[in-house]
Amino acid sequence: NVKQQLWGDHGQEALENAHVCLINASASGTEILKNLVLPGIGAFTIVDGHKVSGEDNRAQAATELLQELNSDVSGNFVEESPDKLLDNDPEFFHRFSLVIGVQLPEGTCLRLGSVLWNANVPFLVCRTYGLTGYMRLVVKEHTVVESHPDNALEDLRLDQPFAELKSHIQSYDLEGMEKKDHIHTPWIIIVAKYLEKWFSDHNFQLPKNYKEKEAFRQLIRQGILTKENGTPEDEENFEEAIKNVNTALNPTKISSIVEDIFNEEQCNDITAQTPAFWVLARAVREFVQNEGGGNLPLRGSIPDMIADSEKFINLQNVYREKAMQDASVVSKHVESLLQSVGKVQGLFANAAFLRVVRCRSLAEEYGAETVNKDEITSSMDGADGEMVLYLMLRSVDRFYQQHSRYPGVYDYQVEEDISRLKLCVHSLLQEYGLNVNVKDDYIHEFCRYGAAEPHTVASFVGGSAAQEVIKIITRQFVPFNNTFIYNAMSQTSATFQL
Amino acid sequence: MADVEEPEKKRRKIEELTEKMAVDGEHMGSGDWDGRWNHVKKFLERPGPFTHPDFEPSTESLGFLLETCKILVIGAGGLGCELLKNLALSGLRHIHVIDMDTIDISNLNRQFLFRPKDVGRPKADVAADFVNNRIPGCQVVPHFKKIQDFDESFYRQFHIIVCGLDSVIARRWMNGMLISLLSYEDGVLDPSSIIPLIDGGTEGFKGNARVILPGMTACIDCTLELYPPQINFPMCTIASMPRLPEHCIEYVRMLQWPKDTPFGDGVCLDGDNPEHIQWVFQRAQERAANYNITGVTYRLTQGVVKRIIPAVASTNAVIAAACSTEVFKIASSAYIPLNNYLVFNDVDGLYTYTFEAERKENCSACSQVPQDLQFPPSAKLQEVLKYLTENASLQMKSPAITATLEGKNKTLYLQTIASIEERTRPNLCKTLKELGLSDGQELAVADVTTPQTVLFKLKLTS
Repeated sequence: NVKQQLWGDHGQEALENAHVCLINASASGTEILKNLVLPGIGAFTIVDGHKVSGEDNRAQAATELLQELNSDVSGNFVEESPDKLLDNDPEFFHRFSLVIGVQLPEGTCLRLGSVLWNANVPFLVCRTYGLTGYMRLVVKEHTVVESHPDNALEDLRLDQPFAELKSHIQSYDLEGMEKKDHIHTPWIIIVAKYLEKWFSDHNFQLPKNYKEKEAFRQLIRQGILTKENGTPEDEENFEEAIKNVNTALNPTKISSIVEDIFNEEQCNDITAQTPAFWVLARAVREFVQNEGGGNLPLRGSIPDMIADSEKFINLQNVYREKAMQDASVVSKHVESLLQSVGKVQGLFANAAFLRVVRCRSLAEEYGAETVNKDEITSSMDGADGEMVLYLMLRSVDRFYQQHSRYPGVYDYQVEEDISRLKLCVHSLLQEYGLNVNVKDDYIHEFCRYGAAEPHTVASFVGGSAAQEVIKIITRQFVPFNNTFIYNAMSQTSATFQL
Repeated sequence: MADVEEPEKKRRKIEELTEKMAVDGEHMGSGDWDGRWNHVKKFLERPGPFTHPDFEPSTESLGFLLETCKILVIGAGGLGCELLKNLALSGLRHIHVIDMDTIDISNLNRQFLFRPKDVGRPKADVAADFVNNRIPGCQVVPHFKKIQDFDESFYRQFHIIVCGLDSVIARRWMNGMLISLLSYEDGVLDPSSIIPLIDGGTEGFKGNARVILPGMTACIDCTLELYPPQINFPMCTIASMPRLPEHCIEYVRMLQWPKDTPFGDGVCLDGDNPEHIQWVFQRAQERAANYNITGVTYRLTQGVVKRIIPAVASTNAVIAAACSTEVFKIASSAYIPLNNYLVFNDVDGLYTYTFEAERKENCSACSQVPQDLQFPPSAKLQEVLKYLTENASLQMKSPAITATLEGKNKTLYLQTIASIEERTRPNLCKTLKELGLSDGQELAVADVTTPQTVLFKLKLTS
């Protein structure tokens, strides 16, 4: 069976050791689970009290169908409503790696949110309501060791070459070498050599602005060999050097995200109970403040470039060996911080990519004193954005609390429910002191939906939610924070921090 | 889970379970139980403030979706499985699906209509069987064929065509086919000849979905630059200057295998044959060792040989969902469709970007503007060929060029048939003047990227 390559073997292992709970096997719920069962989640448990025809229960039916998709996955079901479980056995939920709550009424959602928050179990709330998709991630603190950023700049240290790199650069004599070596010299060496020239003429200052970078590029261009007739040789490696000047000369520095992690309390107070992430972060900080001279451990990878095999491999090894050295120094710091430590292998390479995600609790989002008024009001400036859909979802929840049903489920209800729903909208805005305008069109539209769960929208939520669950479980890639709204009508989306 | 039950017994058990899943309804049997299409009817029978200007709520619309609307799904892989499921669950019953592949074991972690017992069978057939059995009333018709096996009369029958392909060439061909179906009267496009094309694509955590109204909105070729050319390593790197483990693997695949023919003359390298992969892997390791290159693994070898792009169920689900929503919008006229391109990326949080891709004024596929080819008479035919393949807006694969000379249709160069290639190869080194081509001459170019010949006007510059 071809295992998932996108999150690697240790990511897959984490996935196969996980046990998630799905509450409500509706269309959205089963779609989410399907997208977790297929890549091989260890186990799932469906909690669903909905009875279907005869004696059979929806949870059981869903479990059997999903189980078919992957024989390695263990499926379980509990024929009980979540409210009942919260009444009788709230600790039932403590055993899960993550709980997914689908189409939950507000009361149940908040109760569950509180239990899971106190138990430190990540909670993902999902719903499909007409043409609106909604996800809310509730996790106190989620640490990401491998964020795999899309556009990470290379860690080449050309602005401050380490000793081994310096002496390797010195081993090249661009002016004296033969043509076949000249056209196969890696661009990193070329830039480094010309930077030395530039430094001596510019008081050891990097080219700073466009004009200086352009001058530097010209300097490199002058180094291209000329043919007998005076025209320049075709030296692709020099062209690569020129092209990469822009990014290669970025000063080596630590991102503010990582600086913030270093300044966190958990990074200061290391105890035997400290999670591996913070031990590692502290060890890296020790490195930065000592052996690293202000820099992170070297990443050790270089991009492919025009060069002959030997020159490329030699250069690559200079970076790799230095990275391994730095990693072992960090390792010693880890050891000296704790007597015995858990598995932290393979994590050093991405020390620049550590991330921490903290979500506000549902209680904070819903509390009259703690509601994020600014986020809501500023997002409502473009009143046809996604925030209005959030307010409508909150409003239909109010409607449900008052009328024990959602608006417009039956055709004859649509007309009358519009004014009822409007009252809910106004009471919501008033309670939170939100000075925003919700257009009547949206109130009408949400009555029109009649709490329908169209399959194409449920499927969008299913895919989105499943991937966020996988991110949490594998601790790779960065999850959203903390509210995601999908508008199937306009095919747009937005993320808010509420 | 042991699959020992008889297929028929199992099928009936699943049908029971599925029907019980519908909380609203309580009927058994393959008719439409009460409330089955409630979630769809709300969008068809109720007025609303955001509906399409042409929309009229009607109790008959559901009937159109269920009985009349005909959809073609191209591809029954990661996207195709999702598309079929979504469309069937949205009330669309008359669906055709085309896929030329058979099921491989590596498909099973995404393509959920298939089971281990189906490995080796045609994807289209298994997908159709599954959906028809699981969703009572649905009539998916499979075609274990290439899209090029069908002509205009086949494609004309569909209301909407939705693609879940993994090939730009196939997309362009489909695009070209629908453009060829357009009819114009006195230069005005007849709207009834337009068949909307909805196209989805994914790669890892990224994907896109777009709506194309041929002849009206940007087509595939209008935005060819959005499809980056596949990475092919330069030959000199592979042959004499490898640096990466991938270079070593490509060396064995492209040079050593054809030379050694390890499993017999004419036996092609099969990415699904573990013995073949093992052979390549060992020799790639040897080559890598010669150059001190690390990192050649069995998995990497297989990935490079099969050109595997990592895929994940969730991205396919999202993109297919967006495409299906558009199919529903267009089929029901309930909402204005996406105008016209959606990009999705969930590497860091979730990100979508929606924009209107613009038509290209001189698009070689849809603009009806004759394309110019400007060359000096001393230019060799080889240069024309190079232009056709390398130009970013054309990106042809192996164009065949013909021209009318002395009243006869003459093939100047054709690559895809060995005997003709051999015969016409000397023309590549001849100049346009030597070939007898004149200024203003029309050249007809055929290529796998388009079902119709593209006409170019040759402009001989001085």
